[in-house]
Amino acid sequence: MTKPEYEWTWKELPVGNVILEPGNASQYRTGDWKTLKPVLNKELCVHCGLCYIYCPDMAYHLDEEGYFVADLFYCKGCGICSTECPTGAISMVLEEEK
Amino acid sequence: MGKRVGMEVSIAAAEAVKQCNVDVISAYPITPQTHIVEKLSELVANGELDAEFFCVESEHSALSVCVGAAAAGARAFTCTSSQGLALMSEITFIASGLRLPMLMILANRTLSAPLSIWNDHSDAMMIRDCGWIQFFVENGQEVYDHVFISYRLGEDPSVLFPVIINMDGFILSHVIEPIELIEQEKIDQFLPPYQPLYRLHPDRPITMGAYALPSIFMETKKAQEVALRSSIPKILETWKAFGEMTGRYYSPVETYKAEDAETLLVTMGSFGETASVAVDRMRKEGRAVGLVKIRLWRPFPFEAFKRATLHAKQLVVIDRAISVGACGPVASEIKAALYGEPVRPSIYNFVAGISGRDVAPSDFIKMVDKAEVEIEEGNREGFELYGVRE
Repeated sequence: MTKPEYEWTWKELPVGNVILEPGNASQYRTGDWKTLKPVLNKELCVHCGLCYIYCPDMAYHLDEEGYFVADLFYCKGCGICSTECPTGAISMVLEEEK
Repeated sequence: MGKRVGMEVSIAAAEAVKQCNVDVISAYPITPQTHIVEKLSELVANGELDAEFFCVESEHSALSVCVGAAAAGARAFTCTSSQGLALMSEITFIASGLRLPMLMILANRTLSAPLSIWNDHSDAMMIRDCGWIQFFVENGQEVYDHVFISYRLGEDPSVLFPVIINMDGFILSHVIEPIELIEQEKIDQFLPPYQPLYRLHPDRPITMGAYALPSIFMETKKAQEVALRSSIPKILETWKAFGEMTGRYYSPVETYKAEDAETLLVTMGSFGETASVAVDRMRKEGRAVGLVKIRLWRPFPFEAFKRATLHAKQLVVIDRAISVGACGPVASEIKAALYGEPVRPSIYNFVAGISGRDVAPSDFIKMVDKAEVEIEEGNREGFELYGVRE
């Protein structure tokens, strides 16, 4: 797999910036676009998977405990999961620098 | 030595494109470019040229087809003027960003408004920053020759840039000139088949034209900038190889009686021939006037330009376009080029010949007269539109 885009120097880029290895979009950290991040309240979660289905960026995945969680590397903070969650288990929280 | 024949410059350009054995021609008719593509269409239709001729519905599509063709590894050609270039301008940046070699002949014409079909460089200046290699040629022979030069240069693996040949509309495109044609065997040796570095092919899938985040976009621009700037040695090398083949040697900045000149006229395009007549007349009167002609506009040949001009007391820069609200685009380039020099000539800028207004040798003499007086009186940064009725 190719390296993330922020590690490339200008000298390493192929002529015309062609992409020679498929699938490198997975290296794009779209997660730094967001201001709000989804936070799951596991006590309210009914494991319905609607957040997983609705997520336009496929940022959600099933974790080992059976919860659907957003990968913040990709999550753009759109809040669709929070809006669609039938039990109100997902709240959008301001993402602040630590 | 090749055969010397009288022919319309547009027809000579089309013949050269044919001799380059292009694979794809895609263009939309617009005055004064029309004769070039008409002729090519005829050559394809009657089987003299084995190429795909795309009759597209707009110039935007014309250049888009060339981009697609070049991406697939084809040798592509397009040709336009003025409003047509305005419509394809979006794609000019894409072709160079993707580093796809192709050739565009631009029969320079005024941009509206007011509507005009006649010649000036406003169309070329609109896309000055599009990242193509850009030549301005002076006569029909240079148009013909630069078709071969452009393909060999643009397709060189160390270059890989699209190329524009700017030729003055009507003044060159519709004039019959003696053209020395080059034998096909020589062209075949000079211009090998195009071997793309990358191309779209199902056997080896790649992606061209992908999205770039801010975190990588500047790296892509630096790579493009350095590559275009670094193409100058290859441009010189290509001109040299062409000179060895034909005896016609070209340079980024050509001078005429400039070595001992105190005043230098600076021109681009077909102005150069007329100005050289003016220089001869002034030399006869014992005036130390010479001429500098810029042939390579992008990448701008800073070093060659400095070598040609720094000894002069004053430059009279004649622009055939105006950057409204600033000055002539060539003059502003030259002022930037010379700014860092501790001793530099005064620069007087005339905008002349806009929209095909005739500029005769006597007009160049009048401009030199005016500039010399103005500079003598202390106006070192003059700028005016020449010959406008007050």
